[in-house]
This record gives sequence, structure tokens and C-alpha cells, in this order.
Amino acid sequence: MKRLKLLFASSIGKKFVAAVTGLIMFGFLLGHAAGHMKIFTGAGADGVPHIDHYGQFLKDFGAPALPPMIALWGARLMLLGSVILHVVAVLMLSDQNKKARPVDYVKKKRAAASPAALYMMVTGTLILAFIVLHILHFTTGNLPMLGKHVHGEVYNNMARSFSQWWVAIPYLIMMVIIGFHLYHGVWSLFQTLGLDNPDRNALLRGFAIVFAIGVTATFCLIPLSFMFGGEPAVDNEGMNRIYEYTHDKLSSH
Amino acid sequence: MKIKLHVWRQENEKAKGKMESYDLDGVTPDMSFLEMMDLLNEKLIGESIEPVAFDHDCREGVCGACSMVVNGEAHGPQRETTTCQLYMRHFNDGAEIYVEPWRSAAFPVVRDLTVDRSAFDRIIQAGGFISNHSGPKPEPNSIPIEPGVAETALDAASCIGCGACVAACPNGSAMLFTAAKVSHLGMLPQGQTERYDRVKNMTTQMEEEGFGSCRNYAECEAQCPKGISIAFIGRMNSDYLKASLAEPVDRRGKMHAQ
Repeated sequence: MKRLKLLFASSIGKKFVAAVTGLIMFGFLLGHAAGHMKIFTGAGADGVPHIDHYGQFLKDFGAPALPPMIALWGARLMLLGSVILHVVAVLMLSDQNKKARPVDYVKKKRAAASPAALYMMVTGTLILAFIVLHILHFTTGNLPMLGKHVHGEVYNNMARSFSQWWVAIPYLIMMVIIGFHLYHGVWSLFQTLGLDNPDRNALLRGFAIVFAIGVTATFCLIPLSFMFGGEPAVDNEGMNRIYEYTHDKLSSH
Repeated sequence: MKIKLHVWRQENEKAKGKMESYDLDGVTPDMSFLEMMDLLNEKLIGESIEPVAFDHDCREGVCGACSMVVNGEAHGPQRETTTCQLYMRHFNDGAEIYVEPWRSAAFPVVRDLTVDRSAFDRIIQAGGFISNHSGPKPEPNSIPIEPGVAETALDAASCIGCGACVAACPNGSAMLFTAAKVSHLGMLPQGQTERYDRVKNMTTQMEEEGFGSCRNYAECEAQCPKGISIAFIGRMNSDYLKASLAEPVDRRGKMHAQ
């Protein structure tokens, strides 16, 4: 603990915290993207979409050893902790950086820095706002104006929201912004952890590019499919469910 | 050649500076940037205006004194070139050129383009000594070093401590300088004894001087007149994290089995 406190006092230590929490959140994004591909696999024999089963699976994860929702809440708390630590570390670093150059240049020119790197704070702030809205939208269902929300009806909730262009398009823009953040962040975390070197640089840089584009493209498929009818949509009232099922088939928690 | 210059003028550390514009005629393409500045100063002296103060020493690209941000880039637009090795043929006739000092809280402006870079000296001092054999001259090949390692350590040692990395960094970070200085000793067998203390002490001093943090822009590498690689920053991060998280604090403490 004393070691960690000393480490956090330095800028390299704060960056270490930002890198490790960034890696955790990146890992979450990969799982989140992979899980959501269940949208495209249709429904089970019981008429319940696979994605709804997947949502239930996450709620029941760890059963019967753990009561339902415990593993899920553990993961949620870890992610929440990661977001908080990431933001706190970055804000402290940003404050240090502002103080490091009290008088700025009259003429500025960048020789190497990519726009993705230069706008990390901007994309990061937008992503933070998006995370809050996204949870209110699809997890807690507090934003019914974006589409009727029924707990547990993962597929229909998405269909109702994304069949409206004015919900789908901001989501698409946000996915591109996340892609920019990953384009720099995923490579940057390896450099901060001291794991990059000239031998591995091409591999790690390539890894960041592939996953930045891959994660963005994968998530973009979802609103695009609902918008352009690749996936069957439901009307905004949510009554004409394309997959007729009752949620009694899934135990609710 | 005719040049329009915009130069930062500042009386002293406390004074508020501003950009002043000067038209300069009679510049030849073979003049170095500093010779052009000399020409400007001769003209200013002729007009009874205080000449522009700027640091310069060897004028052959090895001392690192000539600290100028030319058109927004440390040491100007030529890669791996110090300001003294930058020539007026690199500019067009009639060009507008902005000349500013290094901008960093840790490098206060002394006057005009001259800044106080003693923060770097204090980082070097914080590195301390290396424990080495003294006395009779040792046989040169008694310590084997892999040639690739020796060359890389020399790449790090080619840092002239000019401060371009700090000037170039959007965050005003001194990570490239510190990493180069940490690495050129940390990679060699002679530097192993104090390796982990050195990286902690030097980075701690770096923080205390008020430099910014590294965001891996690689802007420092691009504007470094010696082309020092950000690979050394990764290497320093690795050493620092090992020193902070893995190196033993209590080497001789009591152990219990149950």
C-alpha cells in the first residue's frame, strides 16, 4: 500500500494507474462487443432472442456457487472503480501539464502527435458522458424518450431505440469517438507500462489500430442493422414484438 | 533574401514579454539561422535598439545551447538539426519566421530567447554517482558488453541536454531527457549498482522541477536534434515501475513460516 501511494505521487505512477484501468476497460469493451454479436444469431427454440438469454446469463453468472447478480455487481464495481481511477489520475496529470506551460507559444506546429493523441481529453470527456447516458438508457431504463424500455428485453429495447435515426446516429458518432480514444490509448498503455520496444512496436501499434477499428466497426453494426432493417425492428410502442415471448420464460432478478 | 521576423522580447524573468516584428534585408541563403540572428542584432544595435538575447556556443550542433522555437518547432523545421545548423536556404525569400523561447514553467525566461535550464542540471545531479573501480587503469576488455547494448547506450548518451523535448512536448514534459540520461547508465554494466535508485531519484527531481507528464505523443522524438527515441521512455517506465513495485524494500527482514 505504501508502495502504491508513493507510486501514485509520481506522474509515471498516475499514468501506470491510467494504463492498468484503461486495460481493464478495454478488456470489458472486447467482451461487450463479443456478447452483443448474439443480436445477429436470432432466437432460441423458446422464441427468446439469444441476446436476452445472454443478458440473463450475465445476471446468473457464478450460480449456484454465488447468488444471482453477485458476480455481475462485482464486475460492475470493478469497472466503476476503473472509470473513477482513470478519470482522477488523468485529471491530476492534466492539471500538472497545464502548470508546466504557463505561457503558450504564439505559433504552434506539431511534427508527430496524432489528432487521436492530442484530443484524448476531449474524446475521454465525451466517452464519460456517454457511459452515464448509455447506462441510463439501456441498463436502468431511465430515458424512455429514446425508446420504450422493458427490463430484460434486451433485443426489443435496442430495436425500439435504434430504429429511430436520431438515436442511432449519435450512437454511431460516439463509437467513432471511442475508436479514436482506443487508437492512441491501447498503444499508449503498453508504452506507459514499459512493455513496448522497437522489436514489438509494429505489433503493438498494429494491435491498437486493429482493435480501435474492430471495436468501433463491431458496435456500429448494431445501430446500423436496426436502422437499415438488417435486423427486424419493432415499432416504438414496443407492442409489435418481432420475437414474441414473455419474460416469464426468463427468471427475473 | 528578405525575411520578416517575429521575435519574443522579454526584459527579464518577471517582465511581461511580447512578440516584436522586424524586417531584415541582406540575408543570404548560406547564413546559418544564428548568423541571421547576428545580422538582426547588428541592425538593432545600429538603430540603438537592445539586441535580442539568445543562447549559443559551439555553433556546430553538439553543445545544445541554441534554444529557439522556430515557427512552432524546437530548433526549427529541419529534423535532427540544431538551430545553429539550420540554414536560411531552408526558408523562402520573404518568409515570415516566428522565434520564441522554450516554453516551460521549469525553464524561466532570463531574457528574450534565453531560458534558465538549470532544472536539467538538478535532474543530472539527482542521478548521483556510479560505483566504479578506481586506481590502476583496468584492462579495457575486462567488462564484456554486447555491442548492440553499447551502441544503444551511446544513442541515449548522445542527448545534448538542449531541452527541445520539453519545448516540443504539448505537456512540457521532460521524460525524453530524463529517460536518455537514466538509460545511458542503466544499460551499461557499470551503471547497474545504483540503477533502480537512480531512476527513482531522477524522476522524483523531474517532478519537483515542475515539468508536465508524458502522454506518448512522440513529439519530443520528432523534434529532438539528436533523434533520441521514445523507446528510452518505455525503458525508463519499465525501470521505474520495477524500482517502485518489485525491488525489495526490506531485504533482511525476519520471515515467518506460520
